[in-house]
Amino acid sequence: MTIQHPPVDREPPTSSDEHAATVTVEVDGRSVSVARGATLLDACRAIEQPQPTLCFLETLTPVNACRVCVVEVEGSRPLVPSCSRRAEEGMVVATDSPRVRHSRRMVLEFLGSSVDLSLADDVAGWMEDYGADPSRFGPPTPPADERDGRHAGHHASPGPEAGAETVEQPVKIDNDLYVRDYSRCILCYRCVEACGEDAQNTFAIAVAGRGFDARISTEFDLPLTDSACVYCGNCIEVCPTDALMFRSEHELRRAEVWDEDEQQVTRTVCSFCGVGCNLELHTQDDRIVKVTSPKDHSITHGNLCVKGRFGYDHVQELGDDLATTPIDEVLRSARDGSDAGG
Amino acid sequence: MDLRFTDAEPTAQERDLIEATVPRVEVVEHPGRVVRGGHDARSQRHLLLPALAAVQAGIGHVSEGALMEICRRLTVPPAEAYGVASFYALISTEPRPPRIAHLCDDVGCGPFGADEVIAEVQRRLGPAGASTDGSGWARSPCLGQCDRAPAAYLQRAGQEDAVVAGADVSDVDHLVAALDDHPVTAPAVTVPQQGEPGLRLLARIGSVDPTSLVDHRVHGGGEALRRALELGPDGVRAEVATANLRGRGGAAFPTAVKWDAVAAHDDPKYLICNADESEPGTFKDRVLLEGDPYRLLEAMTIAAYATGCRIGYLYVRGEYPVATRRLADAIATSRQAGLLGDDVAGAGFAFDVELRRGQGAYICGEETALMESIEGHRGEPRNKPPFPTDTGLFGRPTVVNNVETLLNVTDIVLEGGQAFAELGTRDSTGTRLFCLSGAIAVPGVYEVTYGETLGALLERAGGVTGELAAVLLGGAAGSFVTAEHLDVPLTFEATRERGLALGSGVVMPFDAGTDLGRVVARIAAFFRDETCGQCVPCRVGVVRQEEALVRYLSNGRETVELELLGDIDRAMTDASICGLGQTAASAVRSAIAQRLV
Repeated sequence: MTIQHPPVDREPPTSSDEHAATVTVEVDGRSVSVARGATLLDACRAIEQPQPTLCFLETLTPVNACRVCVVEVEGSRPLVPSCSRRAEEGMVVATDSPRVRHSRRMVLEFLGSSVDLSLADDVAGWMEDYGADPSRFGPPTPPADERDGRHAGHHASPGPEAGAETVEQPVKIDNDLYVRDYSRCILCYRCVEACGEDAQNTFAIAVAGRGFDARISTEFDLPLTDSACVYCGNCIEVCPTDALMFRSEHELRRAEVWDEDEQQVTRTVCSFCGVGCNLELHTQDDRIVKVTSPKDHSITHGNLCVKGRFGYDHVQELGDDLATTPIDEVLRSARDGSDAGG
Repeated sequence: MDLRFTDAEPTAQERDLIEATVPRVEVVEHPGRVVRGGHDARSQRHLLLPALAAVQAGIGHVSEGALMEICRRLTVPPAEAYGVASFYALISTEPRPPRIAHLCDDVGCGPFGADEVIAEVQRRLGPAGASTDGSGWARSPCLGQCDRAPAAYLQRAGQEDAVVAGADVSDVDHLVAALDDHPVTAPAVTVPQQGEPGLRLLARIGSVDPTSLVDHRVHGGGEALRRALELGPDGVRAEVATANLRGRGGAAFPTAVKWDAVAAHDDPKYLICNADESEPGTFKDRVLLEGDPYRLLEAMTIAAYATGCRIGYLYVRGEYPVATRRLADAIATSRQAGLLGDDVAGAGFAFDVELRRGQGAYICGEETALMESIEGHRGEPRNKPPFPTDTGLFGRPTVVNNVETLLNVTDIVLEGGQAFAELGTRDSTGTRLFCLSGAIAVPGVYEVTYGETLGALLERAGGVTGELAAVLLGGAAGSFVTAEHLDVPLTFEATRERGLALGSGVVMPFDAGTDLGRVVARIAAFFRDETCGQCVPCRVGVVRQEEALVRYLSNGRETVELELLGDIDRAMTDASICGLGQTAASAVRSAIAQRLV
């Protein structure tokens, strides 16, 4: 018997007997009406009660994996992720109960004790709000082995003096355009979604391995240059912790030349084709150091192609003899280094 | 889909193995363009895991060339396929010894002989992962053979996989020879209560020939299906509702509620029999699968008839080779006999069963992870709602039932739901299987009418060997109990009242000589290995739990570590996506609360 399956449709069926356009829920004692289909996060935002989120992004399908946005819903034993749970008529939601605060604090401590969050927006503030102290699990303990080689179902048990195991590992630098610093990776799945069905449909990366040893990877951990990557950089755009970073930013940070306070952001339109993608050119010392696109832009939703994202050198006319700024020095020496060293 | 593959090619042997599992890519020539695969190929993604498993079984690992060939045929991105392959413990994406003995060192084997075996195997074959003339070994979580500990699961490239247990493992010469190429014969399936009156689920175990459809019929097989056809789908569901049958896999959900919900939906919809039994200490489903596969198929057929499902998936644990082979034979024979297919038993309805094999992932016993696994994705649980009865396998309404739950259906149909409901207590009807192992005189699967106390059950199994220190009740996701709990009736309601759960029916006593600290630490290590890694509370929580527990056990920084363990526990229990994370602290919590460690 050959079994042919219909395409997977993950949307829950809508009940035909519920025609009302809005539902009303109670959030922290306040009544909120939202459009049917809206999430609890939408309801919170409607009354200007933003919730912390890490894996959630408006332009991507919620994966509800980080659990920092959990809220308490009356009648539900476990807490529920506000980013993906749809509001139902009459739901009573608490966003600041002791259980909610505890779980959020622990999520922040779990991540803070295992991942480098120093470049993650907002996290330091939430740590303070929730009283998170990642150091209480003991000193950070980098793994002794190579994480990419770990096998599902096996780990070295911690010793009696064990501190907190981390995901620390060397930065992956295998091309001139962007780097992958998975010491900063919280496994939010955003890059996988952006590379896959939610934006680019390239599928160069996926989650590999299992459990704490899960990691974002190409097939067989091949370098990006041997993978399906098309260097659109949409993964960089969505990364909440800067684990994915322009090579230029990485090198300038390493050389301690990177200075966001000195940078300007200029919004313009990409000149390569007729689509009209908006670009945000980040410049420092009259040099383009990074390109982003506004997530709320009706054409791009933050996405670009390789030309818009990385094809900017022609506007700077940077021949070797013209390079004079410290930025040029750093980038040229990085480029020469990778030419020589591969 | 514009996929990019590397140049790696499969060997001829790999290609043959893949060819047998995944049909060759159809090349369709439309005017002006050539289409390879397309939707037809992508709709076969559910063959990804079977294809990976076939290569693993034949070669001993999945090479880049083999992975690329599978991806080309199924139009699956290589990165995703690698993500799937590397999710499973029984699949290796790197060369490793073609013959591996997976030696259980879990709670049911570690304190009961496995330590000595592992030390000796290590002396003979070198450290874990090393290859000695193509043979190697690895530590393994519970293999579901606890009644004959210690146990080993043998993956032998190019040969049938096998399980050896008990004396055959303790005799390391025999173990190493079996790993090499010694044929392994499956022992007869027996249960300690064999021949006792009043057995229902176990009544035929040991007496019916599990390899014979004829013998199935001699022992009454087929009568339940005939009765079900008389009752009609609505009638069958009504009897199951009257019986108050509740799920035996751990969650105790009313079966009829699931069935009614799915019956109300339109086709296509699916039935899944969850035979991915992996809870440490649990082996009841293995005994049922090995000992009575035809009865399970009959029960699945009745369930499908009652709910209108035309396709059933039987997802069996990868470490159960005997069960897998018997089920495969039983399915093939049933098809030939017209008991599966387009016109089941001439009754005018269609139903067929697809056998799927797990590849070493406890999490795939969680129903939504199991569906992801069947679909060819990583076994990561889905957020609920939506529930499987609305949006399940392939996005369609799906009934998921455990093996033991389904087997109850044949008796319910034959004798009526009322008779079933009169057994046991009001809320816990029928009989229940318990897996007794550890420090017990006569280990094995026992069937008792709901209501028997823990103490009576232990006595039934010959009593605890040595002085009772603690009993692990319900599995690694369950709780430790002590002599104070011997009076607890083993029912859903009585255990819940005492803050316990029956889980998958594990009853594993430990005597006073056992190092319970090691047992509890092994449970923490188990969850560290088996979490899927999707959500933060569980992925990191199980790591922090193991670290804090090991520190607590070894240097007694009690206040600090106990506070940490309590905090970790609450976050995992409250905020994890699925039942694994929500129960990953349960056993540790109970051991500490009762000062067992």
